[in-house]
Amino acid sequence: MIRIERRLTEARWLVPAVPAGSLVAAAVLSGIILLLTGHDPIGTWARLLDRGFFADGAMSATFVTATPLLLTGLAAAAAFRMQTWNIGAEGQLYLGAVGASGAGIALRDQSPVLIIPAMVIAGILTGAVWAAIPGVLRAYTRTNEIITSLMLNYVAGLLMTYLIFDSQSYWRDLSTFTARVFPQGKYLSDAANWPSFRLAGLAIPLGLVLGIVAAAVLWLLYARTRFGFEARVIGDSRAAAHYAGIRTRRKIVAVMALSGALAGVGGASEIGDFRHVLDPRGLQQASFGYSGIVVAALARLNPFAVVVVAVLLGGLSNAGFSLQGATFPAGLVGTLQGLILFCALAGELLVHYRIRLRRPAIIPPATEAAGAGVA
Amino acid sequence: MINDTILVVIAASAIAYGTPLLFAALGELLAERSGVLNLGVEGMMLMGAVSGFWAVQTVGGPGWMVLLIAVLVAALVAAATALIHAVLTISLRASQIVSGLALTIFAGASGLSSYVGHVASLGGQPARHEFAAIDVLGFKALPVIGPILFHQNALTYLSWALVAVTLFYLYRTRPGLHLRAVGESPATADAMGVNVTAYRYVHVMLGGALAGIGGAFFSLAITPGWLDGMTSGAGWIAIALVIFAFWRPELALVGAYLFGAFSSLAFTLQARQVHLPPEVFSSLPYLMTIVVLVLVSTGWARQRLGAPAALGVPYVREER
Repeated sequence: MIRIERRLTEARWLVPAVPAGSLVAAAVLSGIILLLTGHDPIGTWARLLDRGFFADGAMSATFVTATPLLLTGLAAAAAFRMQTWNIGAEGQLYLGAVGASGAGIALRDQSPVLIIPAMVIAGILTGAVWAAIPGVLRAYTRTNEIITSLMLNYVAGLLMTYLIFDSQSYWRDLSTFTARVFPQGKYLSDAANWPSFRLAGLAIPLGLVLGIVAAAVLWLLYARTRFGFEARVIGDSRAAAHYAGIRTRRKIVAVMALSGALAGVGGASEIGDFRHVLDPRGLQQASFGYSGIVVAALARLNPFAVVVVAVLLGGLSNAGFSLQGATFPAGLVGTLQGLILFCALAGELLVHYRIRLRRPAIIPPATEAAGAGVA
Repeated sequence: MINDTILVVIAASAIAYGTPLLFAALGELLAERSGVLNLGVEGMMLMGAVSGFWAVQTVGGPGWMVLLIAVLVAALVAAATALIHAVLTISLRASQIVSGLALTIFAGASGLSSYVGHVASLGGQPARHEFAAIDVLGFKALPVIGPILFHQNALTYLSWALVAVTLFYLYRTRPGLHLRAVGESPATADAMGVNVTAYRYVHVMLGGALAGIGGAFFSLAITPGWLDGMTSGAGWIAIALVIFAFWRPELALVGAYLFGAFSSLAFTLQARQVHLPPEVFSSLPYLMTIVVLVLVSTGWARQRLGAPAALGVPYVREER
């Protein structure tokens, strides 16, 4: 017989063991799916790991993919910690990309010292404003933020498509005949390319550095400040927070805006570090916002763990993009992320509960009959 | 001819576009009535869409039989997808929100449904069979109501029957009473001798099956074929619909056609050369979902009529 008993305290050693075990279990489960669909699991995984982490230049490419994942992961962690379910990081990232590329185009003749901070700030503002919409609706009209923030993802995607494909907007390149026939965005000037730092032969993009700083700031905010404390109280019990005099409505809007700002920086980094142009199709295919939810959940909402998980999942995504083809069908990366999350959720049970395997006690027939008689 | 006027055309296609929303919303309604929120509707719909289309392309036989098998396959596959959520949230007590999101990531537009579509190379294949509109009793030519009520496909008529069955089940049968008890007060239901776990499992999977049929409606009726992420958010709109309908099947029907109308408005106006960017029309269903949700969340509707009291709360007998 299986019994599930609540532990009095969290099993600390399981906190890192569960995510690690989830990765392994998800690898095995995905292997089964690969086998069932006629692919070689070991070969596929070997190529995945090689392209993601070990091949020449793989790690540098992984850092580029990990950057938006880190920032959307932090965005999800910031909101989820307060039980505010912002799943609109996808749209907030798009808006951040729109804002940052707009700033980059406007300041194209300026020096990098001016352009790059302006891009970051534009990303922060546009992302924050977009996230504040479901925040305000949640705080002041009690509208379910899960659905509103998600609906705005589709609207943001359509907005980007409109800017490049169906209008003569500021973002669209209309300078040549080909660009008018095959719509594309304006490329930013070289001065708007974000620098990367060399470390032990690896290229660390500026966005990743910003993300790590943001992780530290987020940790400080939640662990050491009144703001973070109040947010955590709201997360644990909204009613208690209200009775304690915490202004829950303002806090919800603030945390949503903070979450959106982080995702917005993710969008800005996609423009500055990688694409240098507003590319609606590329951004929508990458679906960094949804992957950020996986990152945050696997990191159990701990900002520092988000950094590590983002690099791990960034490697998988990076390998997924570069391997995509007949032998490596699209959709595998999302499947894998889902499996990892399922395993992590199942593992969460072990952190809070103890599972006992026990034989049912053997009761002598006479006693049982007597017991039944009394009952 | 009055049947070609824009309002009739929009109303008729509103029903066509609303049908998948109705299936998915009825399914989600049943799951939520048992106390389990499943945010994986979008993923389950896509699994239904891809597996239903796969069945149509693979199974041989007369058209009606192939389509029937395809719908059953879609329902089974999506119910199996829902089973993951059921195990995680009911037996393993995981967060319903995170598990539902995980389900959508796992099965969604860049997940397993896309993988299956690529492995079976379904993309770009013309459909071998599709659900076509039936001219019921030759009433199609009747003014106004003809095209709206008597020229829909078999799945739409099935969805109407389903609303009636769900209403009867919820309010006129003992299992329906038990289901409502499980969603409102699982401890009471447990004391009554109702198996809370079994009720939740069954209704989450039933919800998955209906979402799967809704998804198959996309790949077998609206735009026969397969495209990654072809439901484009319908699953999320269905979740919003359940809130909008105050967890009542008859209101889900009204809501589904309201949202169906927003989708059909987009296509009809575009076809009639109304000059506005296509993105304005395409974003209409999403924006209206937000507007409608805000309306039902405020003012007179604040009492939250109908939300099952135990929605989102895992039931553990030892810890109640």
